[in-house]
Amino acid sequence: MPGKLKAKIVAGRHLPVMDRASDLTDAFVEVKFGNTTFKTDVCHKSLNPQWNSEWFKFEVDDEDLQDEPLQITVLDHDTYSANDAIGKVYIDIDPLLCTEAASVISGWFPIYDTIHGIRGEINVLVKVELFNDLNRFRQSSCGVKFFCTTSIPRCYRAAMVHGFVEELVVNEDPEYQWIDRIRTPRASNEARQRLISLMSGELQRKIGLKVLEMGGNAVVGYLQCFDLEGESGLVVRAIGTACTLDKVSSGSAPNTNTHVHPNTAPASNACNSPSKDGKEPVFGEDLPSSSGPPTPFRALPTSSSSPPPFSPSKPCSRQSSSSDTDLSLTPKTGMGSGGSAGKEAGPLKTLLRQHTQTALEQRGASSSGLLLNAREFPFFTLTSFPPGFLVHVGGVVSARSVKLLDRIHNPALGNTRSYKLLDWNSVTADEPETRDAWWEEIRQEIKSHAKALGCHAVVGYSESTSICEEVCILSASGTAAILNPRYMREGCLDIGSTDHRFEDPSPPSCGFCHIPYDELNMPFPAQLTYCYHCRRQKVPDVLFTTIDLPSEAAVTGKGCLIQARLCRLKKKAQGEVNATAISNLLPFMEYELHTQLMNKLKLRNMNALFGLHIQISVGENMLLGLASATGVYLTALPAPGGIQIAGKTPGDLSNEHHILTIQKRINDTIAKNKELYQINPPKLFALDPEVFCGINMELTEEGLGSPIPEPRQRSRLFRSHSESSDELSELDLSHGKKDAFVLEIDDTDAVEDIHSLLTDAPPPTGFYSCNTEIMPGIYNWTSGIQMFTSVRVFRLSNANLTNQGLNKIFTDLCENLLKSFYFKLRSMIPCCLCHLNFTVAVPEEELIQVAVTAVAMTFDKDQAQEKPAEKPINKGSSENEEQLQFPLELCADVSSANTQPSSKVSGTVSLLTPAAKLCQNQLVMIHLPGVPESTNVSSRAASVDYGSFADRCSTWLELLRLKAHTIRRGSVKTSRRTQSLAHSVSSLERCSPLPEGRSRSLRSSRSFGGSSVTVVKMTPLSFLPGIRIIKYLGIINMFFIRETTSLREEGGVSGFLHSFIAEVFAMVRAHVAALGGNAVVSYSMKECVLMENPNKNQAQCLINVSGDAVICVRETDQEPTASMTNIGQTCCSANDGAT
Amino acid sequence: MAVELDVFVGNTTIMDEEVYQLWLDGYTVNDAVKVRMEGGVLDECEASADVLLSDTMDQYRTFQMCERLLHSPAKLANQCSNDFPLLCLSLFRYYAFDDAFVREVLGKKLSKGTKKDLDDISAKTGVTLKSCRRQFDNFKRVFKVVEELKGPLVENIRQHFLLSDKLARDYAAIVFFTNNRFETGKRKLQYLTFQDFAFCAGQLINNWTVGAVDNMVEDMDVDLDKEFLQELKELKILITDKDLLDQHKSLVCTALRGKTKAFNEMEANFKNLSRGLVNIAAKLTNTKDVRDFFIDLVEKFIEPCRSDRWTAADMKLYLTHYTNSAHILDTFKHQVVWDRYMGVIKSCIFKMYHD
Repeated sequence: MPGKLKAKIVAGRHLPVMDRASDLTDAFVEVKFGNTTFKTDVCHKSLNPQWNSEWFKFEVDDEDLQDEPLQITVLDHDTYSANDAIGKVYIDIDPLLCTEAASVISGWFPIYDTIHGIRGEINVLVKVELFNDLNRFRQSSCGVKFFCTTSIPRCYRAAMVHGFVEELVVNEDPEYQWIDRIRTPRASNEARQRLISLMSGELQRKIGLKVLEMGGNAVVGYLQCFDLEGESGLVVRAIGTACTLDKVSSGSAPNTNTHVHPNTAPASNACNSPSKDGKEPVFGEDLPSSSGPPTPFRALPTSSSSPPPFSPSKPCSRQSSSSDTDLSLTPKTGMGSGGSAGKEAGPLKTLLRQHTQTALEQRGASSSGLLLNAREFPFFTLTSFPPGFLVHVGGVVSARSVKLLDRIHNPALGNTRSYKLLDWNSVTADEPETRDAWWEEIRQEIKSHAKALGCHAVVGYSESTSICEEVCILSASGTAAILNPRYMREGCLDIGSTDHRFEDPSPPSCGFCHIPYDELNMPFPAQLTYCYHCRRQKVPDVLFTTIDLPSEAAVTGKGCLIQARLCRLKKKAQGEVNATAISNLLPFMEYELHTQLMNKLKLRNMNALFGLHIQISVGENMLLGLASATGVYLTALPAPGGIQIAGKTPGDLSNEHHILTIQKRINDTIAKNKELYQINPPKLFALDPEVFCGINMELTEEGLGSPIPEPRQRSRLFRSHSESSDELSELDLSHGKKDAFVLEIDDTDAVEDIHSLLTDAPPPTGFYSCNTEIMPGIYNWTSGIQMFTSVRVFRLSNANLTNQGLNKIFTDLCENLLKSFYFKLRSMIPCCLCHLNFTVAVPEEELIQVAVTAVAMTFDKDQAQEKPAEKPINKGSSENEEQLQFPLELCADVSSANTQPSSKVSGTVSLLTPAAKLCQNQLVMIHLPGVPESTNVSSRAASVDYGSFADRCSTWLELLRLKAHTIRRGSVKTSRRTQSLAHSVSSLERCSPLPEGRSRSLRSSRSFGGSSVTVVKMTPLSFLPGIRIIKYLGIINMFFIRETTSLREEGGVSGFLHSFIAEVFAMVRAHVAALGGNAVVSYSMKECVLMENPNKNQAQCLINVSGDAVICVRETDQEPTASMTNIGQTCCSANDGAT
Repeated sequence: MAVELDVFVGNTTIMDEEVYQLWLDGYTVNDAVKVRMEGGVLDECEASADVLLSDTMDQYRTFQMCERLLHSPAKLANQCSNDFPLLCLSLFRYYAFDDAFVREVLGKKLSKGTKKDLDDISAKTGVTLKSCRRQFDNFKRVFKVVEELKGPLVENIRQHFLLSDKLARDYAAIVFFTNNRFETGKRKLQYLTFQDFAFCAGQLINNWTVGAVDNMVEDMDVDLDKEFLQELKELKILITDKDLLDQHKSLVCTALRGKTKAFNEMEANFKNLSRGLVNIAAKLTNTKDVRDFFIDLVEKFIEPCRSDRWTAADMKLYLTHYTNSAHILDTFKHQVVWDRYMGVIKSCIFKMYHD
C-alpha cells in the first residue's frame, strides 16, 4: 500500500565556500527517495541560499518508507565540470509513520560530508501521508513503536509483554567490494552509510512484522548492532521485547506520581500501589481479542491479493536479505550443537526459498515460526520491570561461542570468491541462515542454563560480538529469572502447572532474591540462608544479575561500580588454530573475571552485583576481558565474609609476615569501604527493641561482627573460619562450614592479583559511580546532568609483555579514565556517574581502545545523608538454624577443582594444555549436569563450532561463594517502599525546579542570554531527573563514517575523533530537534571503530548511536514550553527575546 | 607505552576557566600543567599529574576547536549547539585584550609589517607572543568585517561578534584609530592609557564623523565628517581677528577671576592656548594633521597647562568658560561648528589631563 512522502527544501546557511574565485557557492539540492530524485534550482552566489522549493512528492510503498531514508544532497553547481558535493543529510522517515510520534520533521539539519564533517546546515520540511494498510499479507509494519529504553517507557503502560523478537540482515560490505578500489573514499563511505541506513530500516520493519504477528504494538529494549565482518560482509542484527503498550494520559494522577521519583520510575509505570495487592489493575487485563497467540491457521494462505514480497520489481537497492528463524530452526530441534544443523539446513533452505516465492507460504511459515520462537526463547531485553513482574532471580547466564567467519559459505554454491564478486547477492542470500543458526545455538544454550537454574525466563538479555580478522566471538548473557505469568501472553513461558513458586507472595523488597531453584537439587553448590529480610525463604549468599536493581529492593548503604579487568596474551595464529586457541582461553578468562569480581565485591563488603556486563574482546595477539557491574549490599542477603589470605608455605617467616601485612591491608580496605558506602547492616537489637524484648535471645550480630576472619585456621581450601570474635559466633562455628573467602598466595602471580585488587581507588569524596541506571542508595537527584563520551587508545610499545604487565596496563587505563572523569566533573560534586558503559576493543595489534559513555548527575547531598535513617527494618522473630544439605565432599571437590585452573592458568598461556581443558569440562559436568555439552572442538567444513565454553564460567561464579552463616527464620514487615515514596515527594518539593548549571563556568554564563537556542539534553538513562517525558517521538538510530587524509592538520587522532564525536552529538541533537523533541533518553554509542594510519596522515572512524527522541517538560510545568510545541523552527532558530 | 588518543566530549562542553585563561595567555600545555599544579588543583580533587595533563590537553583541544567558531561568532547563534552560553562566555574572553598590548598597536596599520614587530611588543609588554598574535588577529578580523558595513560601528561590532557593549566600544575605538591612523606612540603620549584614547575615540565617533549627522552611510562612524572639517577653518577668525581674540579673553577672564588660584597663568597664556586649539581645528582637513591630533592637543594645550600646574578643576573651569564665552561674541557666527568642535575637545582634554 502506498504512502505519500513530501519534502520541501527551504534554505541553507553557513555553506562552505566552494568557489575560491568569488568566495561564494552556487548551491542546489538533490532530494532522493528510493529511485526517485528531485532537484531544486541553483541558488547562485550565496552561502545562505533560500531555495524555498515546491513540495517534492514521492509516492511509495510503506515498506519503502520504513526501509529507505530520505537522502538530501547539497551540491555546488559548476557549469563546466562535474558538480561538487557539499554534503548529505539522511533523514529517517520512521518516526512519521507512527501516529503517536512526530507529525512533521522540520528543522535545520547539519550537512554532513564524510571527508569534511559538518558543512553548514539545511532547513528541510518532511511530511508523510500514509494510507492505512490493513492487508494481512503486507510486508510493512508501520505503526509499531520502537524504544531503546530497556524498561516500560514513561507515559506508557504495558498491557501485555509478548516476548523476544530478533532478526538479522546480512549484506556485503561496500568497503570490501571490488568497486571500492576504483571509487573515491567519499563514495565508498557514502555507499556504506546509505546501506546501513537501509539495512537498519529493513531490520526494523521485519522486527515490526514479527511484533504485529505476536499481537503487540511496540518493541521495548530494542538493541541493534552491527557486525563489521570485513570480507565476509556486514551483519545488522537486532533483538527486543515485543509488548502491547497503552498510552497513559499525561494528566492522570498515577503518572505524575511515577515521575516524582526517579528511583522508582524506571520500573513502575502507571501504578504505584504496593504490588502485593495492586498487581491486577496494572497488568491483569487479559486482552484475548487482540493479543491471543496467532495460530498457524490464521496465517495460512486464504487470499492472494497481496503483491509477492520478493517480486523482481523491487528496487535494486534491496540487496540485503534477511533471516527466517523458523526455517533454520526446524532441522535443528533436539540437536546439541548447531554446526551440522546449519550445514544440513543449507540446501534445504535454498529449496524452501525457491518454493516460497509467494508471499503466502512465506507468511505461513514465518508465523508458525514466530510462535515457536517466542516459546523457544523466553528472553526479555528489559532490565527493569513493573512491580510484581519479576518473581525470582536465579543468576547470570551467559554463553559464548567462537566462530570462523571465513568459513561461512553455502556449500550448495561452492566457495569461490570470484563467484561472490560476480553475483554476491545470491551468495549473501544464504548468509543470514548461518548467522541465525549461530545465534540460535547460543540462545538455546542460554535457555538451558536458565532451566538449570530453575528459571523459565531470561531477563536483561543482550547479545554482542567481537571480531578480529576472521575470528568472531559471539556472546549472549542475561539473568535467569522467574516472571509472573499473569503479565505474559499464554504460551510465552513454559511454566509447569505444579509450580509452587508463585503461590506464596514474597515481599517485593526481597522476593526477587529468593532462590528459584530447588534447594535440595541445586544446580550448583551454594550457601543458602533464610532471607534476612522476610526470613521465610532461602536466599543465596551472593547474587549476580544483568538487570537494574529493582526499585522496590531493600538495599543497605550505597552501591558502587565494580570492574574486573583482564588481559591475556595469545599467540598469533590463523584460522582454526586461532579459533581453538581463543576458545581454550575463554573459560579461563571468564573464571578469572568472576574471581576478580567476587573478590572486589567482598572487598567492598557487598553481596550482590547488578547490571553485570562482561565483554571479551579479541585482538590479534591478545584477549581483553572487562566485567562491569554495580555492587550493592542487599539487605535480604547475608553479610559477606571477609577475605582471607593464605600462604602456601606456612613455615616461611618472612612470607608469614608478608601475608599478615597484606591481610591487614585487606581488612583495612574492607573497613574503609564499609564506611565509604555507608554499609551498616541493620542492627537487630538496636533498631528493634520490640524484638529485643521478645522471645529471641539468640539474635546475634552475625552480619555486623568483624567481617574479617581471624587468620587462625589457615587452610588451602575454602574451609571454615571463625568470623567474629564474640562467643555467639563460636556457637555458629560449631555448625561447620562458615564463610571466609580464601585467597591463596602460592606464587608471584597471586601476589600481583592481590595487589591489583587493592589498587582500585575509591572515587573521590562527593563522587559515586555505577553502571546501572541509577545508583542504589541515592534517591534525591537534582536536575544537573552531563552526558559524555570518552575514548582512550593506549599503545603498547613493549613487545615482550607478560600477562601481568598487560593486566596492570589495562587496569591503569581504566582506573585513570575514571579518575579523569572525576577530575573533569569535579564542579558537579556531589554527583554520581551513572550508566558507566565501558567498551573495550583491540583495534590493532598493539592498541587497546576503551570507550566510555556515561552521565553525571547531581544530587542533593543533605538528603542523601538523611536517607540511611529510613533503612528497612528487619524484624527477626525467631531463630532457626539449619545446616545446608550439601555434602561436604562435593564442596571440597568443587573448590579444589576450581582453584586448580586459576592457579595454573594465571601464569602463562602455554599452561593451557588439554589437561587443563579437561579439568574445565569436568567442572562443567559437576556444576551443570543438565547443560548439554558442546565443547568438542571439531573442525567441520561448513561451520566450525568452537564450542561455547562460556557460560560455564557464569555459573561457576555462583560456586565461588562464601560459605555459611546461620540461617534465620523470621518475618519482615517492611514499609520501605511507602517511605521512600513519601521521601521522594518531599525531596522534589525541596529541589529547585530550574535546571541547575552543569558547571561553575556555565552557571556564571547563564546570566548572559542574547538569543536562546533549544538545548537538547542527552542521557544514557531512560529518564531525566526532575523532568517529565510527555511524548516519545521515535527511535534515533544513526550511523556515521568520517574519514580524513589530513590527520595532522585536524589535530591528530585525538583532534579528529574529538570533533567527530562532537559532530555526531550535534547531528543527533539536530535530528531530535527537527522531530520536535528536546531530549534523547537511553542514548548509547553502540559502535566506535577507529582506524588510523598516522604515517599516511589518514584516519577513519565509524560511529553508531541510538536513543529515543522525546519531548519532556520540567516536573513543575504542565505544558510543554513554547519552543517545543512550535515544531516549525524549534532548535536552531534563534528566538530573540525568549530566554 | 603511551596514550595514543584521549578525548572527552560532553553533550555540553565543560570548560575550565582557569585553563582557558592560560590558553589565551599563550601558555603551552606543559606550562599550563605546571601552573595548575602550583595552584593546588590536584590536592583539591585527589587527582594525579597524568590526569591533569590529560585534562589540560583535552581542554586545549576543545579551545582550538572552538576557536574556529569564535572567528565567525555570528554563526554561533545558529549552531545547533548546547554550548551557546558557554561559547558566548568564551567569546568575551577570546576577544578581550591587554591594554598594554593594544596601547602599542593603537593607530598602527594592521599590516604584516606590524605583525612582524609583535615579538618586540611581546618582549616590551610581557604579553606572550601567542597572545599578542591572537589579539592582533582579533583586531584585524574585526576591522575587516566592519570596514564594509553600513550603520553604527559599535552596533555592527556587537552584532557580528556578539561582544558585550563595553568590549564592542573598545573595538570600535581600535577600528577608528586604525582607520584614521592616529599617532599614539610618541613619547609625549606615553602617559595616556588605552582607556583614555578609547574615550576620546568614542567622543570623536559620536560627534565628528559622518554618522553623527547621517546614519546610513558606509564607513559613517569610521571617517571624520569632511564638511565639518572644512567648516572648522572658519574658526580661525577667533585668533586672526584681534578684536575678537581680546574680547574673548576679557570675557573668559572676567568669568574666571577669583575662582581659581591659577588665574594669573590662565590670563597670561590665554592667547597662546586659544591659538593652539583653534589652529588644531583649522588644520584638521589635512590627513597628516588628523594623525597628529592627539599629539597636538598635548603639545599645544595640555603641556603648557601642566607646566603652569593647573588642577583638573582649573582645566574644567577654564574650558567651560572658554567655550561658553565664544557664544557671547557678537561677531562670531560659527556657534554650531564651535560647539561641535569644543564639545569633543573639552571632554578629550578632561580625559587626557591627568594630574
